Amino acid sequence: MAASSPDKVVGTLDTFPHLLLNHARVRGDRPATREKDLGIWQTWSWRQVAEETRAMACGLSALGFKRGDNLAIVGDNRPRLYWAMCAAQMLGGVPVPLYQDAVAQEMAYVLENAGIKFAIVEDQEQVDKLLEIMGNGPALNHILYDDPRGMRHYTQPYIQSLDEVIEMGRIHDRTQPDFLDGEIALGRPGDVAVMLYTSGTTGKPKGVCQTHASFITAAQSGVEFDHLGPQDDILSYLPMAWVGDHLFSYAQAMVAGFTINCPESGDTVLTDLREIGPTYYFAPPRVFENLLTTVMIRMEDASAIKRRMFHAFMAVARRCGAEILDGKPGVSAADRLLYALGNLCVYGPLRNVLGMSRIRVAYTAGAAIGPDLFRFYRSIGVNLKQLYGSTETCAAVCLQPDGEIKFDSVGKPAPGVEVRIADNGEVLVRGKMLLKEYYRRPEDTAEAIDHEGFFHTGDAGFFDEDGHLKIIDRAKDVGKLASGDLFAPNYIENKLKFVSYIKEAVAFGQGLDKVCAFINIDLGAVGNWAERRNIAYSGYTDLAQKAEVYELIRQCVEDANADLAHDPMLCASQVQRFLILHKELDPDDDELTRTRKVRRGFIGEKYRVLIDALYSEKRSQFIETQVRFEDGRSGMISADLRIMEARTTPSQAVKKAA
Amino acid sequence: MDKVRKIGDVVLSFENISLSFGGVKALTNISFDVREHEIRAIIGPNGAGKSSMLNVINGVYHPQDGEIVFRGQHRRDMNTYESAKSGIARTFQNIALFKGMSVLDNIMTGRNLKMKSNFLLDALYWGPARREEIEHRKKAEEIIDFLEIQHIRKTPVGRLPYGLQKRVELGRALAAEPSILLLDEPMAGMNVEEKQDMCRFILDVNDQLGATIVLIEHDMGVVMDISDRVVVLDYGKKIADGTPDEVRNNQNVIDAYLGVAH
Repeated sequence: MAASSPDKVVGTLDTFPHLLLNHARVRGDRPATREKDLGIWQTWSWRQVAEETRAMACGLSALGFKRGDNLAIVGDNRPRLYWAMCAAQMLGGVPVPLYQDAVAQEMAYVLENAGIKFAIVEDQEQVDKLLEIMGNGPALNHILYDDPRGMRHYTQPYIQSLDEVIEMGRIHDRTQPDFLDGEIALGRPGDVAVMLYTSGTTGKPKGVCQTHASFITAAQSGVEFDHLGPQDDILSYLPMAWVGDHLFSYAQAMVAGFTINCPESGDTVLTDLREIGPTYYFAPPRVFENLLTTVMIRMEDASAIKRRMFHAFMAVARRCGAEILDGKPGVSAADRLLYALGNLCVYGPLRNVLGMSRIRVAYTAGAAIGPDLFRFYRSIGVNLKQLYGSTETCAAVCLQPDGEIKFDSVGKPAPGVEVRIADNGEVLVRGKMLLKEYYRRPEDTAEAIDHEGFFHTGDAGFFDEDGHLKIIDRAKDVGKLASGDLFAPNYIENKLKFVSYIKEAVAFGQGLDKVCAFINIDLGAVGNWAERRNIAYSGYTDLAQKAEVYELIRQCVEDANADLAHDPMLCASQVQRFLILHKELDPDDDELTRTRKVRRGFIGEKYRVLIDALYSEKRSQFIETQVRFEDGRSGMISADLRIMEARTTPSQAVKKAA
Repeated sequence: MDKVRKIGDVVLSFENISLSFGGVKALTNISFDVREHEIRAIIGPNGAGKSSMLNVINGVYHPQDGEIVFRGQHRRDMNTYESAKSGIARTFQNIALFKGMSVLDNIMTGRNLKMKSNFLLDALYWGPARREEIEHRKKAEEIIDFLEIQHIRKTPVGRLPYGLQKRVELGRALAAEPSILLLDEPMAGMNVEEKQDMCRFILDVNDQLGATIVLIEHDMGVVMDISDRVVVLDYGKKIADGTPDEVRNNQNVIDAYLGVAH
């Protein structure tokens, strides 16, 4: 059969539905999707996935979904939600995945903005949210749910189970077998394939329209770059609305034909990771950070022998592990021997516990990763690399090639991508993977893409001598202290956040005479630390204000200061005063974005009194804050926050002025 | 919210039940009934005889006087084995789980009465025993899924926080596929969020699994929200019986809870 030489058909594989049907022909029996259900991993082959997707598409069509319509998809990573994306694409519609943990008002904006009439959602919780929105806003024509649990009471005619719709679709497909193929054939690579809403660090979220061509190009370059193939496995556990998940779990899986694995529930990801043992892994720095924190906490509680062995071999790994992984020369035979022994006793078991035994390539992106954190994973033999991109660029601008890994760069431009640095330091990008437009926002589109076709990323960075791109911060965040020294708040915050006791940090200093910071402690790590010292506490607020905890954090801040002092450019941005916030920064209170990036401006407004206190001589400041609980109610938290000074380290470099 | 399952006929009724321990009268002339598919609450101040009543229902205590009608059968008392066999399962006020065993194993113990194969075949994990084990495990997994405790499937129960242990205990009771479920203070000692979760599970059990539920609870708010009918006991006597609204406005109940000026 002609299908036995898939490479020849590549020319026509220019949309995702074509890719799916091709996989069903070429590797019909290979696993395409897995999900753990009732404690057992269930597998669907490419052929089955293609059949289910066809049926879903026909069912949608029977309900009136047509070319140009947008389909909202809300829920955790469930196989049928991934298939729903392709089903919409088959009909020439556009899937719009939404963040499943967004509260109703946040969703309302997107539904309204995208003119959504159809939604496929995971379960009762999401249906309830949509119903709440419909009470006073956009009207949906159809809500389809995946999980029937608790849905029997819903008598509204526009709420239907996905099962019913798929069944309807099967009949439709049987009676009009040519209909769907005709629709699929109408799809063009230049059509919009998906609309992803940007997390919106600033202002309202914007719908980023990406075409089949741009996402397939982006996926192809990644697949070729890292030699991914049908034998690879990936765990799909990140929000489906995030560009990273869409690239890795959808676009690349469709291009390379590898298997996506959906976890049993959000709480079981670590167990599922170990059971699947993915070969290809993608996580934002936060996940790697949490994993490391968990390991460190458990090591602190381990027996003395194990603890000593761990620390001894981790010292070896720090010395030569990353070099050995990169195959660099210059590692002594003794070190190689020690590393091999360490691999047997510590690194191997540790990788196993982390579920990283089979990993060939792991990527991180979404935020800057702490150099020490990055080095930790590489030193224990996990090929962790960084990439750089954004929703607007299909998350594929720069990648780190194997063997050319640097801890502080994001790698070289991907094939076919042009990167240029503007005069103000902003990174500009041009290539096929750029967005088509912002949905219904021509003026924003015009602002983001200049007349030469370069997209303005809003990130500040520069190329180093090896042609690697270095990102320092958001361009608009990079500023200057009153003294004229460079101030890159993100850089400072990341330095602080690498300490396992610090969960979140917000640095201030733009146009001011010194740098001060808010700190969120990590309740798990500091709680454990406190327990071992017999410090009693009743909760976050109480623990955060303990004198001992302040002392601990001061030590961490001073260590970070010493680190900053190494870099002459950043020496002046050492943190001089800090306070520990009385509550954890939370996306529900609008302090973080859904991808957990700090909303600096908002925090600055909300905690004005605290910032003023930091820049005065005060030793403490009273604050009362409103918080929103998960069930939507709100309450007040108040506390008297202590403010502490941190010692700074004088610059190692001799100041020429002095 | 409308119930899809209609409340049916009386499945269990008590007539003039009296129970005493020596000179202490725990229950005096208690009469009430439980209808199929309803959520029936028993409330009352401390020492009112609520747990004693529950223990009479599943045969731990044998009343000295009165009559129980269970599915049309008239009888003096119940006995524990028979009541379990005829589909009555319960949870306890002080959690009674096997602390050293995993969540999954604890739930599997709830399948005890459904296990038919003999000990020898079980030990060999062979033939019908194997098929049966797989069947039971599937049932247990469905309960784990239902109660959303997948992430602690293999965790020893003793290491879990209180709220989750309560949920596991409910799971074990559900494993017996009960037609009547007795819950002894399912929400005691929980925080608001845990209580809300538990309420949702109780409603789901009632609605989706169709179980009749008899529950004892301290938290009046919870009881009023989820029960169909409420019996109020005080010092071993029934002082009110009716829908939550009726009970709430009953003068005797108000006096019992808030006290009266003498």
